[in-house]
Amino acid sequence: MWLITDKFLFTLLGTVVFAVLAPIVGCLLAGLERKVSARMQGRVGPPLLQPYYDVRKLIAKDDVTVSGVDGIYMTCALIFVAFAGGIFFSGGNLLMSAFIVTMAALFFIMAAYSSRSPFAELGAGRESLQVMSYEPMVLLMAVCFFMASGSFNIGEAFWLRMPVICYTIPAFIGFLFVLTIKLRKSPFDLSTSHHAHQELVRGTTTEMSGKTLAKVEIMHWCETVLFLGWAGVFFIWGNPVSIVIAVVVALATWFLEIWIDNNFARVKWQAMLKWAWIVALVCGGINIVLLAFI
Amino acid sequence: MGYASKSPWVIHYDGSSCNGCDIEVLAALCPGFDVERFGIINTGNPKHADIFLVTGSVNERNIAVVKQIYEQMVEPKVVIACGICACTGGIFHDCYNVIGGVDKVIPVDVYAPGCAVRPEAIIDAVVQGIGILEEKSKALQAAKKGA
Repeated sequence: MWLITDKFLFTLLGTVVFAVLAPIVGCLLAGLERKVSARMQGRVGPPLLQPYYDVRKLIAKDDVTVSGVDGIYMTCALIFVAFAGGIFFSGGNLLMSAFIVTMAALFFIMAAYSSRSPFAELGAGRESLQVMSYEPMVLLMAVCFFMASGSFNIGEAFWLRMPVICYTIPAFIGFLFVLTIKLRKSPFDLSTSHHAHQELVRGTTTEMSGKTLAKVEIMHWCETVLFLGWAGVFFIWGNPVSIVIAVVVALATWFLEIWIDNNFARVKWQAMLKWAWIVALVCGGINIVLLAFI
Repeated sequence: MGYASKSPWVIHYDGSSCNGCDIEVLAALCPGFDVERFGIINTGNPKHADIFLVTGSVNERNIAVVKQIYEQMVEPKVVIACGICACTGGIFHDCYNVIGGVDKVIPVDVYAPGCAVRPEAIIDAVVQGIGILEEKSKALQAAKKGA
């Protein structure tokens, strides 16, 4: 009984720490992305803190809402992201972290649906398809992590003799593939684009403005930190140096995502769903079979 | 400087422009002028935008559109008339269908004349607009505190 309360308090502490630190780190990552993207396009780009300025401006805007509940849905989404991050970074269950962060995505979808705007509804429908696309691979990735490390608990990775990546290269590649969908980056920015124009105006966030839109931005920051954490944990083993390696891997993954975002045009949802599931079945399936026989 | 002036997002609407000014607006966003240096993003969505760039004059068909975009934008907001047609109607001012500049329909804060308006003029106008945006933002904050 004591142990359960102990663990719960630890997760809660992790959630609070994540809720404070992740927006800061995520904001800097987003700023870095804007800067790197601009350099890739031969531009100077905005200051590093531009995403922070954007959010501060959005908070100062007038309160206008179509449905009256989208702000509440987005608050729920933020809480779930913070909780998912707290579970992960306090060394908790990877599978639980994946499920709870999907709850955040579902609240985001509900927020978009609540406006009843055709653009937002289409965006929400596409966001649901994105969830459908990436979820199998995320689950298989967690299963491979379990089979390689013997536990779903992230904390156990710090006692391993070899990092999980030694046994899960196919699953990691598959995870990198769906990460682009999870981060809503081109070629899979179907539901809402980070860049100017698309056929859905702005997709899921079309009817959101001011504080609600600021919450969406902050949610993106937190999600980025969490997902890059997932990528990094594959390189953790019982050696403190591995934390540095994990951070380097996370940053490299972020750079790869920016590069993909800048170099590929948006695909149709059919292609996204098809490829995400093929990748999940091939990469995840092969990896599970391999691990079952090792 | 407040945050309103550090991240002015624009929405661009082509009234009945010949596309000359539209090209210049987009040129301002391209690498040569790169207005994203100042945090300016071209959003396609009035609800996300702070600055409304209108090119071309207003006619009977697009009055409702211009009004609707303006009304959907969230306070504080600024309107910039880009090009002489958007300012006064320009060479089309006495066309049977042209009503005149954008200020016949919505309040305009900054006028940027030119045919076509040069990217430098657009950037100057936006910088002026940012100043007005800042004032409006402060007024809104004061009103919120008072309420």
